[in-house]
Amino acid sequence: MLTKRIIPCLDVQNGRVVKNVRFFENHRDAGDPLLLAQEYERQQADELVFYDITATHEGRKLMLDVAAQVAEAVLMPLTVGGGVGSVADFRELLLAGADKISVNSSAVKNPQLIREASDHFGAQCVVLSIDAKRRAAGHAQGDGWNVYVGGGRVDTGLDLLAWAEQGQRLGAGELCLNIMDADGTRAGFDLEATRLVSRSVDLPVIASGGAGKLDDFYDVLTEGAADAALAASVFHFGELTVNTVKADLKRRGLNVRPAWADQ
Amino acid sequence: MGSAMTQIQRPVAVLDYGGGNVHSCHKAFVRAGMDARIISTPDELEGMAAIVVPGQGHFRQVMEAFDHSGFRAPLLSAAAAGTPIFGICVGMQMLLDASEEAPGVAGLGLLPGTVRRFEPAPGAEKVPHMGWNSIDKVGDSPLLRNLFCPAYTYFVHSYYVPLDVEADAGAITEYGVPFWSVLSQGNIHATQFHPEKSGEVGLAILRRFKEQVLG
Repeated sequence: MLTKRIIPCLDVQNGRVVKNVRFFENHRDAGDPLLLAQEYERQQADELVFYDITATHEGRKLMLDVAAQVAEAVLMPLTVGGGVGSVADFRELLLAGADKISVNSSAVKNPQLIREASDHFGAQCVVLSIDAKRRAAGHAQGDGWNVYVGGGRVDTGLDLLAWAEQGQRLGAGELCLNIMDADGTRAGFDLEATRLVSRSVDLPVIASGGAGKLDDFYDVLTEGAADAALAASVFHFGELTVNTVKADLKRRGLNVRPAWADQ
Repeated sequence: MGSAMTQIQRPVAVLDYGGGNVHSCHKAFVRAGMDARIISTPDELEGMAAIVVPGQGHFRQVMEAFDHSGFRAPLLSAAAAGTPIFGICVGMQMLLDASEEAPGVAGLGLLPGTVRRFEPAPGAEKVPHMGWNSIDKVGDSPLLRNLFCPAYTYFVHSYYVPLDVEADAGAITEYGVPFWSVLSQGNIHATQFHPEKSGEVGLAILRRFKEQVLG
């Protein structure tokens, strides 16, 4: 039976992992993407996401090194996102060793990027990442969520469900859904939005943004109908490990990938 | 293995025909103890102990790239001569006659049958089949000998090898329909999942390929 996935996400700037990876901060190589990837592999993470927040060309090159190093060292799927704007960017990162590439703002700006990347490299490696916020009461478009870009500053006017369905039609293989009202609040994932998106597409849906406690993971994978849950700070701060999350999910009857050792 | 008893192991070819990144696949075979080499021209195949066929992407594009590289004839004659072949993901699907993904495109025909598509339907499983799923042994595939099950491996695919394809042994996985996730038929071996992305289980399977198949 297919298992629910738990996915830590790491922000990378100029080839180093940044932003509060606290469980590792006493380690002299706290920002080393390779060591962190290996630590999460030990914790039974099902995949890893590296998100490049570098703004410079030189930093982007370093991201290719990160992908290559990590892909050679860990035996798990690796997704890279951040600043991917062209089929050429896809090719570079895939050749470096990434298994999947996530696109966000660039896909809103140029939806054909999804189609082109999917045609070139297969739907399995195209993750459409969507940032969305609930529309204010009395909004002309009625109840629902709008898609945002630019780190949540720019309302595109696109409706979340319409964009998710369009992403599927264009050839995305997976959706990663970040409801910004919940992001960073640790108040839990947005179950309603996640469930609606998951029911309106045939693609696997990764819920992102809002994880703070064990219940949040269980809720989004059941009531939220998500196939996977992604989290950053709750793992980096060491409050929860991937292992403890999975043990809790298993205890409550969800199917997760168990620890395994060869005979 | 004691140094005095060390036998010279012939290298294992990991084919690079332009069908995607082969580096993590190559690295995993090395980690499992094999002298794996990335091979990009047919004349380098001479003397190889086994041939690994990775693959990702669309069946038509992958087969076209494979044929363009000139690997078809030497692969088929190596297989006929008993050289172990190991297909991975679309590389498994390529071993069949054909695929519903690209009607009319000839596969390698080492395993009679046609690759089928998971049918997305309301209430049915999502496509692609993506994530960690369990494999259940059928018979005694050397890739799975004494492997503790249930074992979970990483899948990402929209097409599958149906059970009407004949096999000596292997493993079955269920995703709406049951399909071959591991298949062994004579010297032909294949996995639908990515052993190079499947953690300790994947590594254990590659080690068995080395120990049980290559000897």
